[in-house]
Amino acid sequence: MCLGVPMRILARGERTATVEFGGVTQEVGLDFLPEARVGDFVIVHAGFALERLDLIRAAHTLELIGAAAARSVDSTARGEGGERWN
Amino acid sequence: MELMSFFRRSDCARAIARAIARRAPDRRVRIMEICGTHTMAVHRHGLRAFLPENVQLVSGPGCPVCVTDPVTIDHAIALAQYPGVHLVTFGDMFRVPGSQMSLEEARAAGARATVAASPLDALRVARAHTEEIVIFFAIGFETTAPAVAALALAARRERVRNLAILSALKRVPPVMAELADAPDLAIDAFLCPAHVSAVIGAQAYEFLARDHGRPCVIAGFEPLDILYGILMVLEQISVGRAEVVNEYDRVVRPGGNPVAQALIADVFVPAAAAWRGIGIVKQSGLFLATRYGDLDAERRLPLPRRPSHAPRGCICGAVLRGAADPEACPLFGRSCTPATPVGPCMVSAEGTCAAHLLDDEPEVALSACGGVR
Repeated sequence: MCLGVPMRILARGERTATVEFGGVTQEVGLDFLPEARVGDFVIVHAGFALERLDLIRAAHTLELIGAAAARSVDSTARGEGGERWN
Repeated sequence: MELMSFFRRSDCARAIARAIARRAPDRRVRIMEICGTHTMAVHRHGLRAFLPENVQLVSGPGCPVCVTDPVTIDHAIALAQYPGVHLVTFGDMFRVPGSQMSLEEARAAGARATVAASPLDALRVARAHTEEIVIFFAIGFETTAPAVAALALAARRERVRNLAILSALKRVPPVMAELADAPDLAIDAFLCPAHVSAVIGAQAYEFLARDHGRPCVIAGFEPLDILYGILMVLEQISVGRAEVVNEYDRVVRPGGNPVAQALIADVFVPAAAAWRGIGIVKQSGLFLATRYGDLDAERRLPLPRRPSHAPRGCICGAVLRGAADPEACPLFGRSCTPATPVGPCMVSAEGTCAAHLLDDEPEVALSACGGVR
């Protein structure tokens, strides 16, 4: 139920949108994301778009994970503190 | 989407595992995750092999179908068997054994019941069968509650008179507090559910950090999300901090989704609810508000609840509470299998017992790396 795959908005109407993932399309409600735009990636759950996926934040998360990974490889680094989120 | 594949890189996973091993304290640490999809992801990717022995990932009551209490499940099945009633609910609920039979078996014996992928499917069934009272049996957490609220509003808007909602919806933060305070569970920190958090926001867990002293990290579903989330927990523990940290900020905002929250607040009221294996948790259920009373199945069809019992030998309750592993169940993998489930934890796609069966053959989505130990 809480599967939430990110799907891309191909087209939107007033309350609904056509979204796509892996070549499969689906209609979803935009009741919770009235400002969603064509091209946005959204998390879909139970037939509705739940939230937008922010690709810039995704890239930032990957940077932070990569930095933590790099620190662990350096045998002298103690990895204290680390980057703070939000 | 190629960007997401980076969240599955095995070299990165091994490196984060090294960081986890370095950051882990000498004592045992128990981190509870409360999300069926986290449970499944941990076992599908064999992530426990990436953790040192003393860092234990405990599965909590993160599967909405599994935590629905036996009395309510029997009640829904009884409603489906009632003349003129047509029950609509999510697919997983069909195979959960009730005291006498499952909903699927009741349907095979003539009860009217239909699988829904979305709550709005119940509206379609109601419009197609105006001679029936269509009851949507609502199972889910705050991720699903907005969609059920949307169903209520749509029924009002389109003046559909033969629809009712039986709500078994639940809120996750209250049960987290309940379990944080249980001394026998010894939970040190929480990995918070990803998409519940998208609705309720990171701020919803502040009280757990502040009043219950537990670090809370909201993590996404990908292997690196989970491993990095665990590292974040250990970093807090190592310096004695208890804060809410949002690893999944690509989806979860500090305040969550205000539109979804407003819909929930309009349609539902929180009240005490029974969780399988845990008992009554205050403010943890979402029930239809009085102004939506005409849509409330409890009022439209006030059938008395009958006493119910869990199947003999089944320890789903203890598993859901985080007090036992599926492997401790005498039925696990013997009389209780995905093909012949005894309890809900084996039935559901998000059930802990079904997830533990993946341990034998984890799908290697992490590219050819195996574990660290």
